[in-house]
Amino acid sequence: MAMARKSAASALAGAGKRMMSAKSGWWTHVEPAPRDPILGVTENFLKDSHPSKMNVGVGAYRNNEGKPVVLECVRKAEAKIAGSDLMEYLPMGGNVKFNDLSVQLAYGENAECLESKRVASIQALSGTGACRLLAEFQKRFQPDSQILIPVPTWANHHNIWKDAHVKAQTYRYYDPKTKGLDFSGLVEDIKNAPSGSFVLLHACAHNPTGVDPTAEQWREISAVMKKKEHFAFFDMAYQGFASGDCEKDAQAIRIFMEDGHQIGCAQSFAKNMGLYGQRIGCLSIITDDQTQAATVKTQLQLICRPMYSNPPVHGALIVQTILSNPELKQLWLQEVKGMADRIISMRHALRENLEKAGSQLSWQHITNQIGMFCYSGMTPEQVDRLTNEYHVYMTRNGRISMAGVTTKNVEYLANAIHEVTK
Amino acid sequence: MSISTVALSTKLSGASLLETSLLPKQNFSRSSRVASFPAASRPNVGVQVRNNGVSFTPAQSDSSPGKLHRRTRMSAVAKESDASVSTTTDSGSSFAHVQQAPEDPILGITVAYNKDPSPAKVNLGVGAYRTEEGKPLVLNVVRKAEQQIVADKSRNKEYLGITGIPSFNKLSAQLILGSDSPAIAEKRVVTVQGLSGTGSLRVGGEFLARHYGGQKIIYVPSPTWGNHLKIFPLSGVETRTYRYFDPKTKGLDYEGMIEDLRNAPNGAVVLLHACAHNPTGVDPSQEQWEGIRRVIREEKQLLPFFDSAYQGFASGSLDTDAWAVRQFVNDGGEAFIAQSYAKNMGLYGERVGALSVIVKGAEVATRVESQLKLVIRPMYSNPPTHGAAIVSVILSDKDLFEEWKVELKDMADRIISMRHQLFDALKERKTPGNWEHILNQIGMFTFTGLNKQQVEYMTREHHIYMTLDGRISMAGLSSRTVPQLADAIHSAVVNFSSYMLKWFARSSKIESKLANTENESHYQR
Repeated sequence: MAMARKSAASALAGAGKRMMSAKSGWWTHVEPAPRDPILGVTENFLKDSHPSKMNVGVGAYRNNEGKPVVLECVRKAEAKIAGSDLMEYLPMGGNVKFNDLSVQLAYGENAECLESKRVASIQALSGTGACRLLAEFQKRFQPDSQILIPVPTWANHHNIWKDAHVKAQTYRYYDPKTKGLDFSGLVEDIKNAPSGSFVLLHACAHNPTGVDPTAEQWREISAVMKKKEHFAFFDMAYQGFASGDCEKDAQAIRIFMEDGHQIGCAQSFAKNMGLYGQRIGCLSIITDDQTQAATVKTQLQLICRPMYSNPPVHGALIVQTILSNPELKQLWLQEVKGMADRIISMRHALRENLEKAGSQLSWQHITNQIGMFCYSGMTPEQVDRLTNEYHVYMTRNGRISMAGVTTKNVEYLANAIHEVTK
Repeated sequence: MSISTVALSTKLSGASLLETSLLPKQNFSRSSRVASFPAASRPNVGVQVRNNGVSFTPAQSDSSPGKLHRRTRMSAVAKESDASVSTTTDSGSSFAHVQQAPEDPILGITVAYNKDPSPAKVNLGVGAYRTEEGKPLVLNVVRKAEQQIVADKSRNKEYLGITGIPSFNKLSAQLILGSDSPAIAEKRVVTVQGLSGTGSLRVGGEFLARHYGGQKIIYVPSPTWGNHLKIFPLSGVETRTYRYFDPKTKGLDYEGMIEDLRNAPNGAVVLLHACAHNPTGVDPSQEQWEGIRRVIREEKQLLPFFDSAYQGFASGSLDTDAWAVRQFVNDGGEAFIAQSYAKNMGLYGERVGALSVIVKGAEVATRVESQLKLVIRPMYSNPPTHGAAIVSVILSDKDLFEEWKVELKDMADRIISMRHQLFDALKERKTPGNWEHILNQIGMFTFTGLNKQQVEYMTREHHIYMTLDGRISMAGLSSRTVPQLADAIHSAVVNFSSYMLKWFARSSKIESKLANTENESHYQR
């Protein structure tokens, strides 16, 4: 990640200093950009022809046959909407019904902030787009504030706030010694940040570590942040996908709302509805009252218009169809629990197989961690060996996407990990 | 009407139609949006707005009570902007100081239209095609393609790569450049899937700001689609204008355009509408295009950036509408092209488009592609599948492609017939003025020449919804509504004819000069 930033910076430094000409071309000075650390893994995986190759890189769900899944509720919804007339431009803020259903899911159907209509919500291009909108909004309306980002985090978080020209600071999160949460470090760093900072929090199933605070710890974090008047921004990409229960996965948000925080939230339906390529998500901000919510929304729209004018129709329609139809919604809840359960069972299987292989190390973090990813604790060198010798593709920070593990390949993976770590 | 009045009334009512017109010489920065957010991030035409060097004051003293700190920060913001800031410390919101933004001048028309209870209302605002029955149209080929996609169980909903569907990109490049394009054969074309025209322009703009070795200045025609004036400054590219529309002839100010391009610094970027100029409908002739090309390529060293939103939709022929773009690419030079499938495939809401960058050298193309990815990833990671999959199916299937061309021509022909019907209706009513431009202009829009007062009158009294610059979307007309529009135009022209003269002056400055001149001449007599 640091490597990527440095190369990009040097590429930027090269540009603009040289006055190229039309004759030789305006772009000969452009440096090749480094491969995206996450998406680049899949690119390499695809090039490999080894029969035992495994892709545990990108966080896209696979079934036990290792195949991508289109949920049945999604197919049904799509069949309903196919052939509709609805290809016209959405308003800049997106599909309003989708927005309403989305925030109901995040905040709870009977949430007071929803009843008093003080939530500004806007359809966004999945989680990335929602984060980017918030970052741009932060830059415009709280230009002196900074964003506090956990260490580690999804690499693209840094890119997003950087491109929005918002200063970023980090806070301690993962403790490599315990392979759990560095709670005291987290609290200290949040306390030491300037008042009114924006704090990026993973609502559940922290990416890449899978380490989440307990309810008690969330309460304490909430209290500290209230005192410092920090702005809580939740990136929720795995609601329902972590524990199998949508309410449980939103508990951090519920706690913060109870404590009176006016949070912001980025939701993604990429994983929990398997709508990855549809780019469907939602950015919401809790405000003082209905008027302010409407006002904030108009300003968010001003950010969308010169970026993409209005968001894509299709994914929003699918989500709206599912969430507004009781039968389809039930089906969805079952299917998302099914995905979560399979992941949890793979965690157990991987740990058991490692112990069976005779590994002397502790692997209990595999089952302690939650969500799609397991932060194995392997070093980049060990990961390289895993890739080069065993054709197992993953990101060099040692993150394993459990979604890529199946009953058929878990033993192979366990043995390979054991070999490079013993 | 003075600008300050406009600003005031827009501040009072977010849904007001009173937005400064996009006519030339109107400084965009004087729009009411000035009131909306702090000076640091106010998009201004002609000024580079991107604050690349972010300066942060080290934390305001942490020992100060939280409440006091919030008030200090909010009033600091208030000093910079006109925004009135709530100083109450009861507010829990970090955004209490945010002001209501004005409606988008174009999309706001539809909002206002929807609110109007009159059954006689006509929406000639946003450029979305309507059938003779006034209904949106989903093309048959699109329905077929969609059914195919939905029924195909082997397809999944996985993430696309950052640059989108490879076959879509390839076919899009072929569509605009011609499948026999030497640039494609020489592998000098990089194409990335984008979020329709807007998204493709934005990615192109961001890339220019970061990597362009020439002048980070883009010249856009005057007038142009309003969103151009937001996209490029926000990308970090200084935006200037070149003369384009001649209100006297209601055609192209060719001499003015050439002169302005000649005066541009070498290395600057020039935004060109590939066909069916929005909002005027005025396109250069082939001869004029060649003259423009020679200035850009041979007399000067300027980089062309084409916005192609209407290929096939303007004349009814895909190749004819791509002629200008191909001239510029076939001469071996470099170019940017933003394509949109919103209108010509009716895929508006699916947000399907492409950005193509044509460079000198295949190795350069590879590096450029890698850097484009770095722009896209922190914006939305990867593009939406659905719309691009539809386009890919249609463009790669011979029968569907032919069928599409027929449907496209039908849409273009209906628009052309609406032009004739409107022209005839005004002639019948002996409406004062020369209305030939309705026939001469091309594409979805007609730049009527009506001024703001006349437009407001037409909206108020005749429920005709259109943008304040006098632009009407012909696509929104039908045989049934042409008479109503003709009546409204006739009435507006007759009732507000004294303003027609002032409108020709094109700007409020000259307007007031004229007013003064009138007073003077009165005294001189």
